[in-house]
Amino acid sequence: MNALPLILTVFVACAVEAVEALTIVLATGITREWRSTFQGMAAALVVLAVITAAVGPAISYLPLTALRLVVGALLAIFGLQWLRKAVLRATGYKTLHDEASAYLKEVAAAKAAAAESRRGVSDWYSFTLAFKGVLLEGLEVVFIVITFGDNQHNIGAAVIGAAAAIAAVVVTGIAVRAPLTKVPENWMKFAVGIMLTAFGTFWGAEGAGVAWPGNDAALLVLVPVIALVSGAYIFWLGSRSASAARAARPTSEVVGS
Amino acid sequence: MSKLKAFGAFWYDFIVGDDWHVAALVAAGLAVTALLVHVVGVNAWWLLPLCVFAALAWSLHRATARKP
Repeated sequence: MNALPLILTVFVACAVEAVEALTIVLATGITREWRSTFQGMAAALVVLAVITAAVGPAISYLPLTALRLVVGALLAIFGLQWLRKAVLRATGYKTLHDEASAYLKEVAAAKAAAAESRRGVSDWYSFTLAFKGVLLEGLEVVFIVITFGDNQHNIGAAVIGAAAAIAAVVVTGIAVRAPLTKVPENWMKFAVGIMLTAFGTFWGAEGAGVAWPGNDAALLVLVPVIALVSGAYIFWLGSRSASAARAARPTSEVVGS
Repeated sequence: MSKLKAFGAFWYDFIVGDDWHVAALVAAGLAVTALLVHVVGVNAWWLLPLCVFAALAWSLHRATARKP
């Protein structure tokens, strides 16, 4: 398979994770203290490097069929979680994930917390917040890079996609020194959910022993079909929500008049 | 013990997420696909996509059924 779809999929998925990590780091660094924030970030990156060094080679020793079954199942579950949230947000059943409000919440919490020096770190709160944020989002990046790269036998292309996404988000974040509020995060998550679900379904079924009609070309059908079905779910929930609102309106008008 | 619980909760949340039915339906779909392929001899490539669409529809229905 051409490396470009792999690079683009990993790029978009990792960009979403990087935006979320950047929001936490910026909120902590700007309101509290940069030194402890950077220490937390650095500690998380070290832990991530250790996990990658331990898990990466171990995964490549697994038989490909077992790997595809397990990884396919996990990716399909992750993808469906992302799709579920994106559809609920697009139809108003769940509030949109707003980086600006997430940033303000983090800022308020950071301002309220007391400063405490521990284990050579001058502000333990900043350290732990940056550590947790970078580790959690980083784990998802590592999982995406290793699974996509290993399954497509092209770890290099997956690393390029992830590195480009992180660099783009960090450079933009440094330039604007604010959370990236203009990023259409919900639609990015919707797109990533479709890709993760498609790749997960494809690899999972292959791992279970299926031979896809058209081999790899089946992915070119799976992706648009999953997008169409998810779009249909948005339409279904959107019209249900709108008809519920219409049904409620005459009552309020009668009450109002 | 609480640290062990927190560790387990972290991985449960990371892997399974908000609705365990989704994970269960995907796992069941894979298990039945493997059975059909290896025991019955049917190339059931269509089954997992159907399970995926059903899992998403069911989860969305559950999430919105009691909300306006």
